[in-house]
Amino acid sequence: MRKIWDIHGGIHPAENKTQSNQEAITQAGIPAELIFPLSQHIGAPASPVVSVGQHILKGEKIAEAKGFVSVPVHASTSGEVIAIENHFIAHPSGMTAPCIIIRPDGKDQWIEHQGISDYTTIEKTELLNRIRDAGIAGMGGAGFPSAVKLNLRDDQIIETLIINGTECEPYITSDDRLMRERAEEIIEGVKILQHLISPVKETLIGIEDNKPEAIAAMKAAAAGTTIDVVVFPTKYPSGGEKQLIQILTGKEVPSGGLPAQVGIVCQNIGTTYAVYRAVQYGEPLISRITTVTGSACERQSNFEVLLGTPIHYLLNLCGYQAERCSRLVMGGPMMGFSLESADVPVVKTTNCVLAPTPNELPPPAPVQACIRCGMCAEACPVSLLPQQMYWFARAKEYDKLEGHNLMDCIECGACSYACPSNIPLVQYYRASKAEIRQQKLDAEKAEHSKARFEARQARIERQEAEKEAKRAARKAAAEAKAAAGSDNQESKQDAVQAAIERAKAKRAGGATATPQSKTDLEKAVTAAEKRLATAREKLQQAEEQGADTVPAFKTGVEKSENKLAKVKAALDDFIANNPQASTPAASTTNDPAQLAIERAQQKRAGAATQSPLEKVEQQITSLKTRIDKAQAKLAEARAENSDKLEIFETSVQKLQEKLAEAEQQKQQLQTESPTSNKIETNDPAKQAADDIIARALAKREAASKMTDLERLQNAVNSIETRIAKTKEKLTVAEQEGSDTIDILTESVKKLEVKLVEAKQALSDYEDQQG
Amino acid sequence: MIELIQQNPFIAAIGALLLLGVPFGALLGFAAVKFKTEGDPIADQIEALLPQTQCGQCSYPGCRPYAEAIANGEAINKCPPGGESTINALADLLDVEAVPLDAEHGEENVKTVAFIREAECIGCTKCIQACPVDAILGAAKQMHTVIKSECTGCDLCVEPCPVDCIDMLPIETTLQSWSWDLPKSSENIIATDRTNSKEVAA
Repeated sequence: MRKIWDIHGGIHPAENKTQSNQEAITQAGIPAELIFPLSQHIGAPASPVVSVGQHILKGEKIAEAKGFVSVPVHASTSGEVIAIENHFIAHPSGMTAPCIIIRPDGKDQWIEHQGISDYTTIEKTELLNRIRDAGIAGMGGAGFPSAVKLNLRDDQIIETLIINGTECEPYITSDDRLMRERAEEIIEGVKILQHLISPVKETLIGIEDNKPEAIAAMKAAAAGTTIDVVVFPTKYPSGGEKQLIQILTGKEVPSGGLPAQVGIVCQNIGTTYAVYRAVQYGEPLISRITTVTGSACERQSNFEVLLGTPIHYLLNLCGYQAERCSRLVMGGPMMGFSLESADVPVVKTTNCVLAPTPNELPPPAPVQACIRCGMCAEACPVSLLPQQMYWFARAKEYDKLEGHNLMDCIECGACSYACPSNIPLVQYYRASKAEIRQQKLDAEKAEHSKARFEARQARIERQEAEKEAKRAARKAAAEAKAAAGSDNQESKQDAVQAAIERAKAKRAGGATATPQSKTDLEKAVTAAEKRLATAREKLQQAEEQGADTVPAFKTGVEKSENKLAKVKAALDDFIANNPQASTPAASTTNDPAQLAIERAQQKRAGAATQSPLEKVEQQITSLKTRIDKAQAKLAEARAENSDKLEIFETSVQKLQEKLAEAEQQKQQLQTESPTSNKIETNDPAKQAADDIIARALAKREAASKMTDLERLQNAVNSIETRIAKTKEKLTVAEQEGSDTIDILTESVKKLEVKLVEAKQALSDYEDQQG
Repeated sequence: MIELIQQNPFIAAIGALLLLGVPFGALLGFAAVKFKTEGDPIADQIEALLPQTQCGQCSYPGCRPYAEAIANGEAINKCPPGGESTINALADLLDVEAVPLDAEHGEENVKTVAFIREAECIGCTKCIQACPVDAILGAAKQMHTVIKSECTGCDLCVEPCPVDCIDMLPIETTLQSWSWDLPKSSENIIATDRTNSKEVAA
């Protein structure tokens, strides 16, 4: 006979187990609807892997584990997923949670599954994965993922494996019946667990002495193995993990610690059986034994229930009379909780559904004052001081509660049971525990908020400092500039001197500020003109289409015009103020820079005398020579029948177009010469810009003179020429095998689309007109 | 020497005390410089108890200033977000009487979290500037949103919003945050007051 230890306190409530343990376990069958909560275990909820309308088979995974402390959920029969929605679940809050709802097809068709013939040959991690994938979580009540519990660190040595067959709560007989009927399978499951954690000392199955048949069956099955069936006196709550460890081994699990710290792993009977099914047959956890009991049921028995079966289906099997029932309880009378509806499903941890009559489980008696009798302290299995804690809980003195080790309370309810004043002590502890947890979370959050607040303050300060520094730097720069400016005024009043400075700077390699800003201005002019042109074009389009964006485009055009005028004015100002243009070529020093400036000024003066008309004429002559050359080349190519013929042709064409343009410009200049010649141009870049401006103006004027029809035709023509050009480029690219082929083909396509659009617009217009 | 001391015991005593006093005084002076406490340790401890919402309902611009004010004798009951538990903790720390929350500074309400009705947000960034813990995400002319886990529910963002699109929503109880309530105190009721069992069941 093994030595067994005793635990402090404990109570002996009426067992009420005989009502339900007489009958053998029966199959509950398939209900009309199955509800699978995604969170049937401690840890992160599983995440669905099926969709609504999907047909699933029995044992198919419908939700997978999320994270390490989590287990998957499997369908317990074949059928169709009809919803993934919030549904009432078995929880004391009576709240809803995400569930997968399945309508069984009645075929109960299994998914392909296979067991492991010899689990000793495979890796332990593989075996653990199988247990994890089977969705096994502690079936005694807490629902802690079993694979996590069995996954030991390398340095952890387990002395004792304990299988918990205590079932100390009144009324519940599911483990009792399971041990009586399926002892061999349980023993096989224990062997698997033994293989997994290799306990160096012993393997124990603890059973209370109020289950003689179960003890006999287990002893018979365990005969000839290293497994010890240990029987100990019935007392509530011997079935608590830490209590059972103390009873069987005399070791106490440290406060806040795990059994593994004292070299012990504890598993429930139901879990062991599920492990056996998972390893031997490859079946995931899809059913469990649940006791349906209470006098409000005609038949009190144990059922093998598919997970997800609604409670009301089970109760109906048992002739449940709702009017006789005081309240529905899930779990036992000591640690269970009332259900608000019978629509909740059976989950992995549902060991009992209790439907008592008011006589059986009377409503809580009125609470009376604490008389400090100390019976609660005598009953407490963890040796706490419930009465002290009660006062602290009422006064909300949470630090003192913690000092009295409230967190070690297992919420067994023995104190409430023992209290002669009917004080619901355990409720105080539960609420206080939650409050302490909440306060810790709040403190954490406060700490976090403080860090964020401080980080923000620091950031704001830093930004202020940066701003301040920048401002100071700007101020210093401005002062320095002002000082330099006054120096200039004093010592080098002559603008020529300033020009020399600039020239020196230029010689030193840096570009001088003046021409740079001039080119900038010119660029701005061109850009503004371009914008104006596009804005006008858009306006025209809008007007043609009669779009309601016309006013917007009009303002756009106006704005662009204003801008252009401004930029032009700025440019003119600049030119007028440019000292270089007006500086007399008087040299005050023999500096070579001065000489260079003089030369430049002379050149510029020469350019300035050249009128735009002359420029255009020059251009025309140069173009003509180019055309001549090109035509010569073309003739040559024709003679040789070269494949570049086309290119030459187009280049000639282009040049001719340019020539025509230039000539047109010339004509225009000749007519407008009195005005246009007034614009003083003093450097070639300016002149070029002016040319562009002039051309653009000419174009614009031409465009404004054009009728809509002409404009559209122009557009078509221009697109056609562009297509032709691009095609040429493409052929060249193809010949050279260039990598721009793709881009060119693309642009050809785009242009063709544009052409079609333009033609469409043209024909539309023609239709409208005529 | 000994004779001199024996003849002038009074002067000798004074001399001896002076001799002792000089090194000890120097030691104390050195310790005062060397082990000088930075900041106010009491204010730090008080600040650790405050909820750090930085809401300013106490009329101080943040939790730290209020903690410093308490250290200098300000009342401990001006923090509505902390509520009774904070007052109790402060009373414990400072060894003063716990007093009820000063209603002038607001009431202890359920915890809330700011929520921006995003369709109405115009992207003015005013709430972002108001948020003491950078819990609002957004940029100019972009929709803003509240990072729920970082929001302290101080409601400082509600007022600056020009389009009133910020709501303070109570934090919903989830399955994870749900907890048993403290039983309602119903003691001293005689047994014959026991209610009909059916009513209780319902």
